[in-house]
Formats: sequence, structure tokens, C-alpha cells
Amino acid sequence: MSERKRLRIVALLCRWCSYAGADLAGVSRTKYASDVLPIKVPCSARMDPQLVIRAFSEGADGVLLAGCHPGDCHYLKGNYKALRRFMLLKKYTSQMGIEDERLRLEWISASEGARYAEVVNEMSARVAKLGPLNWRREIPIET
Amino acid sequence: MKIGVYICHCGTNIAGVVNVKEVTEYASSLPNVAVARDYKYMCSEPGQNLIGDDIRQYGLDGVVVAACSPTMHEPTFQTAVSRAGMNPYMFQMASIREHVSWVTVDPEEATEKAKKLVEAAAARVSLQEPLAKRRIPVRQSVLVVGGGIAGIEAALKCADAGKKVYLVEKEPSIGGHMAMFDKTFPTLDCSQCILTPKMVEVVRNENIELLDYSEVEEISGHVGDFKVSVVRKPRYVDSTKCTGCGICSTKCPGKAPDEFNMGMSKRKAIYIPFPQAVPLKALIDRDSCLYYQKGICKVCAKFCTAGAIDFDQEPDHLSLEVGAVILATGFKPFDARRAREYGYGKYPNVITSLEFERMTSSSGPTGGKLVLKDGREPESVAIIHCVGSRNVNDNLYCSKICCMQSLKHAHLLKEHIPGVTVYDFFIDLRAAGKGYEEFYRRVMGEGTIMIRGRPALITDVPSAPVEKGKLVVVAEDTILSTVQRYPVDMAILSIGLEAGEDAKELARTFTCSRTADGFFLEKHPKLAPVSTPTAGVFIAGACQGPKDIPDSVAQAAAAAAEALAMMGKGYFELEPYVARVTEELCSGCGVCLNLCAYNALEKDPQTGLTKVVEALCQGCGACVAACPSNALDLDGFKTKQVAAELEGILA
Amino acid sequence: MKPESAKPKIAIALGATCSGCDYSLLDLGPSLLDVTDAVEIVYWPTGIDSKLEDLEAVEDGSIDLVLFDGAVVNEDNLEMARLCRKKAKSLVAFGSCGAYGGIPGLINTGSPKKILLEVYQGLPSRSDKSEPLKFEGEGALPKMLGQAYALDQVVDVDVYLPGCPPPLKLVSSLFGDVLSGKPIAKGTYYASSRSVCYECKRVKENKDIATLHRYHEIQPDPKRCLLEQGIICMGPATRGGCEAVCCNQNQPCRGCLGPLPNAEDSGSEMMSALASIVSLSNESKDSDYSAIFDDINDTIGSFYTFTMAKSLLGRRKVE
Repeated sequence: MSERKRLRIVALLCRWCSYAGADLAGVSRTKYASDVLPIKVPCSARMDPQLVIRAFSEGADGVLLAGCHPGDCHYLKGNYKALRRFMLLKKYTSQMGIEDERLRLEWISASEGARYAEVVNEMSARVAKLGPLNWRREIPIET
Repeated sequence: MKIGVYICHCGTNIAGVVNVKEVTEYASSLPNVAVARDYKYMCSEPGQNLIGDDIRQYGLDGVVVAACSPTMHEPTFQTAVSRAGMNPYMFQMASIREHVSWVTVDPEEATEKAKKLVEAAAARVSLQEPLAKRRIPVRQSVLVVGGGIAGIEAALKCADAGKKVYLVEKEPSIGGHMAMFDKTFPTLDCSQCILTPKMVEVVRNENIELLDYSEVEEISGHVGDFKVSVVRKPRYVDSTKCTGCGICSTKCPGKAPDEFNMGMSKRKAIYIPFPQAVPLKALIDRDSCLYYQKGICKVCAKFCTAGAIDFDQEPDHLSLEVGAVILATGFKPFDARRAREYGYGKYPNVITSLEFERMTSSSGPTGGKLVLKDGREPESVAIIHCVGSRNVNDNLYCSKICCMQSLKHAHLLKEHIPGVTVYDFFIDLRAAGKGYEEFYRRVMGEGTIMIRGRPALITDVPSAPVEKGKLVVVAEDTILSTVQRYPVDMAILSIGLEAGEDAKELARTFTCSRTADGFFLEKHPKLAPVSTPTAGVFIAGACQGPKDIPDSVAQAAAAAAEALAMMGKGYFELEPYVARVTEELCSGCGVCLNLCAYNALEKDPQTGLTKVVEALCQGCGACVAACPSNALDLDGFKTKQVAAELEGILA
Repeated sequence: MKPESAKPKIAIALGATCSGCDYSLLDLGPSLLDVTDAVEIVYWPTGIDSKLEDLEAVEDGSIDLVLFDGAVVNEDNLEMARLCRKKAKSLVAFGSCGAYGGIPGLINTGSPKKILLEVYQGLPSRSDKSEPLKFEGEGALPKMLGQAYALDQVVDVDVYLPGCPPPLKLVSSLFGDVLSGKPIAKGTYYASSRSVCYECKRVKENKDIATLHRYHEIQPDPKRCLLEQGIICMGPATRGGCEAVCCNQNQPCRGCLGPLPNAEDSGSEMMSALASIVSLSNESKDSDYSAIFDDINDTIGSFYTFTMAKSLLGRRKVE
């Protein structure tokens, strides 16, 4: 096992583009960091900011949201909503002290297996530099 | 809840990296897991039987298979559990191949990741609910976009099966690129002779409605029930009156480069695209017409005995309803000007393979004579393969047809011009089809000089008296390992095939993905080459990737078969992923109502609350994520299910 | 009048509160007297002459209903919360502070001590002549906890009646149940399970916001939904039961009744809903989204005004 403490980065991937892109990375045997774990959703529009926040609160060190490129969404306009939600969510997480690199939105198409691997490796390295997040929802009472 | 977990070895694909025994043991320790097994090939019959037997023996109500990607085998296992009496949506797949064993270097890390994904899948299955596919009726009509050989073939097949076909072609005539060829390899069949009967059949077939000079503007709806809006561009000639006699053209003073002859000759402003055009009707090109440009002339109207000229014709908008769509929109030839080293556009006698095709045609710009721009016959010709293909500057892929086309051109040159010297410059020779290798031998036997080497440049600067007035092709003969200069009179660039100019727009309109090179993305490169991820939309021919005529025809028939299978069944089964409203939690705030791209949400006029129109819902979840009271949820991707998957990953 | 011993016993205790919740009982008007006649108030520092000893003196678990309003921010609050739990049969988190941490919950962007020092000693408006805060010895302030907590983050809570202050209808409902002798089940929430929008009389036409506005920047149409006019209203993500008094009086809802039953974190629910409908009819590949949320500089203050302590993240990152 590598020395570096293993991170948990959750990747929410849309079924038609980014999950297929990740599949392609697999089929092409492209190697990438093992601390990014995928969850498949039908569309990036299914990604609820509440789910992202829940991820951080339950121990995720980073969250990657991936969808189809603007204009190419399988469900026509879902990714635009995902983008707007991400923008507002980012303001919140920043205000709460969660570093910028821990929450990322990428557009990855079904043919971009190499890009998926690139993004995963990049994000894993950046989050590793910041260290585990270990979110504490409450400071436990001592007395 | 009793879950069965199955870890697949996939031979050594998974087991070679992931410690499958360890993962299986871990799985058996998870909550609700009644049985956990590992097996070499879960997708095989014995593998599937393992699951079936356990369902019966243990009374399992949930199954997790950790194996390849769900894109690969989710339907396989769903069918397997269904046959054993379990609802197929009480199933979840964890991809530990494409997402773990194939992409992770360290076996320990891979095993840990596999464990987490299995845990996540099991946690999710614990909260899954039985669901049932939705059946929707399928209209018995097809839209075929593109009237080249692939589109024509697909249209004829569907029409012969008794279905109504709308064939939309953006050019004024069908026939596509095949209509421009003279002879086809390897049989040297006359292209027009084999194509024209099919073109005529299209018009004669009472099930086909040909929408020539038309384009698709918009498409809405879903598989089984697409609503398409098509615009028929104005010809400024009434098709119902025009007899195709061509008198208008002979009288017309306006001139423009003839697109069909690749600009090598001129046509009139009012013209019939080519003699075998279908439909054989004239049209006016506004840019070269004196009436539209200067308000004068109108000679065509004067001479047209049928009174078919209509200068005020407006575009016609149509609305069609179809059950399936077949895209057969073809390709775009590589622009030879990008291959600057060959001087196309600079040297008049450097031409493209398509231009040469037109030259060989007896109805082409030179009446079938193979001549230089000054009218002389060439004494020597160079044919250069792979222009625009197989290189990092242009396109990495091989355009498949250029080698055979080049050999054909070599043969035609030898046939027409006794004593001509033909040099054929190739990188690798691809003659893989039926009769292709044999044709290659024949051409070699005719004396064409085959040189393995990609020319570096073509120049008109002579370095020796013999090169004066010639085009010099400079190339390394890699077999002889020498760089040579080959003086020739004419150079033919065998240009590659690229994705159509409008491929991007079409992909957007029809919700198709494209591969990195711009061609339409098929559902699976090996097993589903004519389907797309969008249900009801099929692809055929060169728009899916460069290919020759036999392959285009085969794909067209395949796409037709897919569409016919769907229409034959009469219904399509939609996935059960629909949004649902819990009425007691809905406050009628209306946040969701405008979010649906499919208009599947409406406000109940009596209660003011939101209602989901199930038949329209495509299950994307956009409304679900927006609902501020979580009154909306998505079957199959419920918030609690995704949250459980998340917890499993983070546990 | 019933003999004293047969009357239900109630107590109303205070944590870190503005005591607005206590005053909200006055909204009951004359019927407040019916309530006070029908119950025995063991302890209510705001309303009757009672001392801490009165609360400490009764038997454990003997007070039928203890209402605790206020958040738990210092050790005094903590002690009071624990005492209330000890003495109560049924403990009610009364008001948004008790239920969710309320406005004190915003302390969780820092810590109680840090904010106390910043506000009472750090600001330039502080007079040099005032005495520094005392944390030790006589006259010392109560020891600060690490953050602000909602009541159920420190003790087990039976019933919730949120609101800032709790709306009249819900308060009446609670006391109605008390007076009727009906046992109040553990986990009861005195608030609607539908959002404020259900009770709001404004017309909802088209959720598609072109531009966001601060409340003072426009003259809102009194009949139209405020959110549709670009004013951030927490109504869609907030429990109703308040008869939408704020919205019906031209004030955007600030979310004091907290998240709906199926939603744990009302702030993120609202952010999702808002982001979905901003620039909706304009959305396309070429849309310039760069400035659409520029006006929102404080997502915590806008969306978690009352619920920060109980939100999924709970507090700003601990350094």
C-alpha cells in the first residue's frame, strides 16, 4: 500500500457521457489514481447540491461532478442546471472553508477516456496536497 | 432484505489485480448480505445459474454483481435474475473491471477500491424497490436523414416492409457522393448504373415520401413518437410543374462553378444538378441569378412551357410524426488545401481524387477525357495516398477507401492513356475487402509503379532539364531507402473522409454523441454499430465512420432492421426511471415546472400541485434535484438510494 | 378551577435567546389566561416570579412539558438544557434557536469566544473607557462552548415547535393539545409538512428568474410571487404552518421554520432550487453565467439564517 494516506474522492458521473468516458479509460487500460470512486447518475442534472454537502459531511475529501459538454447533454439541457447549481454551491463551500480544489466540475464526453484519467489524477494530487478533509460537523462537548 | 453478492474474476482481467477472495469475504460481512461468492465468468451460463440457484435457495430479494461495466452486462444479469423470479431492478452492478482492475496499478489499492464499490452497491440495493418497464406504442413510420446510398438503401428496406418512410435530403438530388463516382472498385461497375435504379425506385415507391432540398430543423418527443419539423427550401421552381426538360438552363445567362463537377466546369444559375438527378427538377441559385441580383432577365420563365418558374416561392414547413430515425448523412471530403506541401490550389494540375472521378465520367467536365488543364494528355501521373489521413496534423484514422480508389484511378489511367507512367505513392496498402486484393494484383500487373513512401512535397521548380515544365514529387522510397524526385504532369491526391460539415449540428438536433474525430458515436463499436445511445435513433454509412459502398449498404440494411424490429414489435419498453411526486409533501411552489426538457411536468389545475406525465418523463432527475421539499424523487435513482451508495463508499 | 395537583405542569426555560419566543405567547391574547389557569407553571423567568431553585426542586421527570427556547452557546445554557431534560417528561425545542440553533447558529462561522471578543472588544466603535470582558474570577462571563448547538445536539428532544418567533397558529395548537390532555407523541413537529408556498397567497406563474435583486432594489408587485420577481425567498424550502405571514406582508420568507420533513438541509435545497430557475429561459451553450450569482455574497446568511447549526455541514471548517 502506498505511504500516502488514502483519500476518498467521490465522482458523480452522468451515465451517458462521463461514466462512458470513464469506461473508455478502463477499456484503454489508462492508469489513474485509485482514490476516486464513481457513483453513476442518469444526468449531471440529478446531482443535488445536498448530496455533495452530505458527501463532505460524511468524510469525503473531495467531490468531482462530471457531465456532458454544454450543448451535448443526452437530456438536452440538464448540464446547464448542474453548472448553475455548482456555481452557487461553490460559493457556499468556499464560505464554509472547504478549499477550492476539493469540489470540481468537469465536462467529460463519452470519447474522452484519457481526459477522465487526467482529471482524476490531477484532482487526486491536488487534494492529497491539502490533506484529508475530516469534516467535523460538531465540536463534541467536553463536560 | 437478503442480498446475494457475486464477485467475477473475468478470467484474469479482474482477478489478476484485485484479490477477489478478499473482496468476497468482505462482501459476506456486509449488512443484509445472505451469500457472497466469486466465480471466473459471472456472465457465462454457469455463472448466471449460480445467481438463479441462490435466488431460489436463499429467497434472495437483491443481487449485486461486481464485474465489468454495467454498460456491458447489466441487461444480461437483469434478465438472469428475472428468469429466476426476482424483479430485475433489485439488482446493482459494481464495475470493478473498467473502474478498478484495468485502471489501478497497485493490487492492494485496487482491492480496497473494489471493496468500497461492492459495499456501496450492496447499501444501494438494500434500499431499491421493484420497478417495471413502461411500454409505449411505436409509430409505424421512419425518418431517414440523408439520401446517399446508405439513406436510399435504408429507406427502400423500410418501405418494402410496408412502413411509411420520409427521406429528407438537403441537396436538390439524392445520390450523395456515390452519384459522383464513375466506376466502383473492384468490379469497375458503372456507379450511376447501379445507383440510378435505386434512386428511381425511391421516387416510385408509394411508401416513400421524398423531401428533396429539405433539412430537419427540430425534433422533439421520444422513441416511438418523434415529432420532426422539416423545412423544404425554395427551388423557385414548382416541382409539380417542372418536367426536367432543361430548356431554362440552356437559355440562362447566369453562370456559377458546378458543385457536382467539383468546380471544374460551370453551370447556369437555373440548373438541374446532373443528368440523372432524382428528382429531375430544376432549381435557381440566387447568388448567380440576374433576377435576384439585379432585378432583370427572367428568361427562364419566358421559355418554360410548363410555367414552372416561381420567383416568389417561400420555404415550406412540415411537421412529421415518426417512430424511428435513421441518420445516413455521409461524409465531407478532406480539404486538400490543408495539405500545403502538395500545392493544391497553387498548381493547376494537382487535383483531388474526387475531381479525378468527375473527369473519368463521360458526363463530367471533360467528357470523360483524362487531360491536364491545358487539354493535353498527361504522360506521367502521380497518385498520392493518405492525404488528410493517418497523420497527426490532420486526422489520425485511416479513411479506408482511398487505397482502393487510388488503385482504381491507376487502372483507369492505364486503360485510357496508352503508355502513361503511373506512380502510386502509398504508406501501407489496404485492400481488405472481397475481391480487393485480387484487384490490387491486377493493377500491379498493368505496370503501375508502386512506391512505398509518403511524398514530402510537390514542386514546380526544376533541378534538372528533365523536370522542366513538370510537377516534381519528392518522396523517399522506403523500400529502396532513397529519396527520389519523380517528375510528373499530374498529381492526384487521394483525399480522406471526414465527418460531415453539419455533423455537429445534427448531433445536437438528434441528441447523438460524436467520437473525437467527429463521426457519430455508435452504442457499441463491436456489437451495436448502427444503434446510438438515444433510443430510436440509428446511424448508417459514412456518418458513422469512413467506409466503402458494400459496408454502407450493409449498415443501412442493419439500421433498417433495427427500426423495423422496433416497429414490428409495435411497442418500445422504456426504462422505469421516472420522477414521482409525493403529493403530501408538494406545496405547488412551481420550481420544477419549467425545468423539464420533455414537458413531463404539469400543474394540476385543481390542486395547484405538480403532476408527472409518466409517458414523457425520461428520468434525468433535473426536477428531482431542484425540488426544495424533496417531494419529487426519481424511481431507480432515489435520493435515499444514491445517499446509501455514497455512505457505502465513505464507510 | 382544577386542584393544583391535577393540572399539567409546564416550564419555559431559556438558553441563548432573545426571549422573542417567550413574548410570542402573548400573541395568544386573552386566551393566554385560559392557558395559565389550566396549567401549573413551575418555572418561567420571563413570565412569572420563579427562581432556578424552583426548577431544581421538583422531582426528575415530573414536569409534563418543558419548553426550552434559545440555542446552547455557553456552559450556563448547557446546564439549563440538561436540567430541563432531567426534569421534563416531554422536552420541547421551542423556537428556531432551540430547534435548529437559530440566529445564534451563525456563530458557527467562527466560535462563540472569537465572535464575542471581536464584537465586544475588537470593533473600532468600542469606547476605550469600557472594561474588558472578564473570563475568570468574580463577574466572569459563563464559559463559552466550542460552537453554538441546537437543543437536540446536547440533549434528547421530544417535540419541536420552530419559528422565529413560533407562529401563533402553531403555539395555539401546542397549548390546545396540552389543555385537552392529549398526549403529545415523541417526535411531533408543530409545523406543516408542506412548504410556505402552500399557504402563500401570492400568484405563482412562471419560475424563471432573469436577474436577482436585493429586496430594496425594486418595488415588488404585491400580488406576484417574490421569488419570481428575483427576490430570494426561502418559502419553497421552508416548512409552513405560519400562514405565510411574512410573504403576505411583502417580506420574503427567511426560512425560520426550517427544512421540510424529507429534506435535511434547507439551505442547499434552496440553493439548488434557486440555481435551477435563474437564467432558465436563457440557458444555452453560449449563456454567460459568470455574473448571475454575483449579488449573493453571503450564502450562509442568505440560506442558513436559522438553520446553520443543524445543517449538514454544521459549522465552518475547524482549523
